[in-house]
Amino acid sequence: MSTETLLAVDDLHVFYGASHVLHGVSLEAGTEPVAIVGRNGMGKTTLCKAVMGLVPARSGSIQVRGRAVTGLRPYQIARTGLGYVPQGRRVFPSLSVEEHLLLTARTRGRWTIERIYEIFPRLAERRSNGGGALSGGEQQMLAIARALLLNPSLLIMDEPTEGLAPVVVNQVTEILKAIRSEGVGLVLVEQNFAVATAVAERLLVMMNGTVALETTASALSRDEDLQRRYLGVSSHAH
Amino acid sequence: METLLDINWRLFAVVTLNGLTLASLYFIVASGFTLIFGLMRIINMAHGSIYLLGGYIGYEVGAATGNWLVALLVAGAVMALAGAALQIAIFGWMQGQDLRQALASIGISIVAADQMLAYWGGSTYQVDLPSYFSSFVSIPLAGGYSAARLLLIGLAVIVGVGLWVVLNRTRIGMLIRAGVDDRDMLEALGKNVPVIFVGVFAIGAGLAGMAGVVGGSVLSLSPGEDARYLLSSLIVVIVGGMGSIPGAAVGALLVAMAETYGLAYTPTYGVVYTFAIMVAVLAFRPQGLMGRAV
Ligand SMILES: Nc1ncnc2c1ncn2[C@@H]1O[C@H](COP(=O)(O)OP(=O)(O)OP(=O)(O)O)[C@@H](O)[C@H]1O
Ligand SMILES: [Mg+2]
Repeated sequence: MSTETLLAVDDLHVFYGASHVLHGVSLEAGTEPVAIVGRNGMGKTTLCKAVMGLVPARSGSIQVRGRAVTGLRPYQIARTGLGYVPQGRRVFPSLSVEEHLLLTARTRGRWTIERIYEIFPRLAERRSNGGGALSGGEQQMLAIARALLLNPSLLIMDEPTEGLAPVVVNQVTEILKAIRSEGVGLVLVEQNFAVATAVAERLLVMMNGTVALETTASALSRDEDLQRRYLGVSSHAH
Repeated sequence: METLLDINWRLFAVVTLNGLTLASLYFIVASGFTLIFGLMRIINMAHGSIYLLGGYIGYEVGAATGNWLVALLVAGAVMALAGAALQIAIFGWMQGQDLRQALASIGISIVAADQMLAYWGGSTYQVDLPSYFSSFVSIPLAGGYSAARLLLIGLAVIVGVGLWVVLNRTRIGMLIRAGVDDRDMLEALGKNVPVIFVGVFAIGAGLAGMAGVVGGSVLSLSPGEDARYLLSSLIVVIVGGMGSIPGAAVGALLVAMAETYGLAYTPTYGVVYTFAIMVAVLAFRPQGLMGRAV
């Protein structure tokens, strides 16, 4: 376990109107990657959005590197060192690939546009294409690249492999492993169990708006009963 | 027979030029409206008031200084500041509540209309143009045509090209385009979106204010013009697609041409064509001709 706590969420409650979606989420993340798994609609995306300030927290606290960010605007939260890779990628259709990178490449640090083009040669080839003209895999790489260029201390990624072809899923998994070894903290929301366990040893399972279980990749991989209970997936045939 | 044909062509040419110049004015007013609408989803019902107030201020400055360019720039600057103030003091507090913002802007437009009526009264004003614009230029087919009206076309081209350059060739333009696409995502990438909003509101209001001076020079200023240019902006943006400058250009052209040809050739049905265009666009391309589906 790492010594530095990058993100600390404590007893977080979030509502959409009258519907209570997060019921007291608590978690900590450091430089060691954490994967958050859980079935559809359990509140994973809502948690990411609440951390980024995109949905308001009703109660509870969120700290980034010891600094309370609850109630700050999203741009202020992002500037504390969070990089956000949202579910559905959300690249800008009106911006070219290169413009996406120029948009966020304003900070000094190890991530530069040249380096991004080395790691993602596909983006270099398509640098003048519009964000809407990219394939799903290319959009995902662009969403990751623009977040990395903020030189964040922690990346929050929401289902980066959703809807991608298996070969592209493997590419993205390799990229996530590479980022992991760069000392960037990683909170990875992932429904693809194989990807989650390949990238992170530490696993949090979300269920009905809370962190229902904290475990390790190896423990959960061995226990099909747990998998069935929390993830609704299992290799067990009935 | 020959003279009749001659007269018809001349009329056609003049009506076409009138349509083009009206389209130019509609475009300058609507370009700011569509930027604000596209980026902030604010339907600024006070946009016409900004146009008219800008015109009156231009009139006062022009009368005091005798310099048309100064009048244009001062009116633009004052309205830009007023727009920024509106965004900071009022609309910014209602972020994401589209209906509330629209209603607040209607309130502002009503108060502004009464205040302007109280101050400038019900008479018609005209901003003085430099004398060389009061001449007539000889145009093939049309014969002599007002230089002032041609100036309007030139200004619309300058505004259109200027906005294109700002939006596509500058960093602030890149931020605005990204914000029109997905403002939440832009802010989550650490960009100060509230400040971008204030800036875009200032640009949009400044353009409307300058359009008021131009419209007040070439046409005229009087109570009710605010509602007229608000309505034209609304239709232009619905037809062209919100947030799109090329859309505003195409929309302004279609709406102004329909209005002008309609009034010239079938006076009884003049206004019907504008609405027919709007209905057709809404039926077949609800996001507008150049708009993206949301
Ligand atoms: N904008 C919204 N308004 C109202 N309810 C919402 C909204 N967004 C999400 N919800 C509801 O909140 C709950 C949690 O949604 P959330 O998107 O956080 O789940 P998730 O775990 O990310 O699911 P998925 O795996 O499908 O992405 C769901 O029941 C969802 O229907
Ligand atoms: Mg989700």
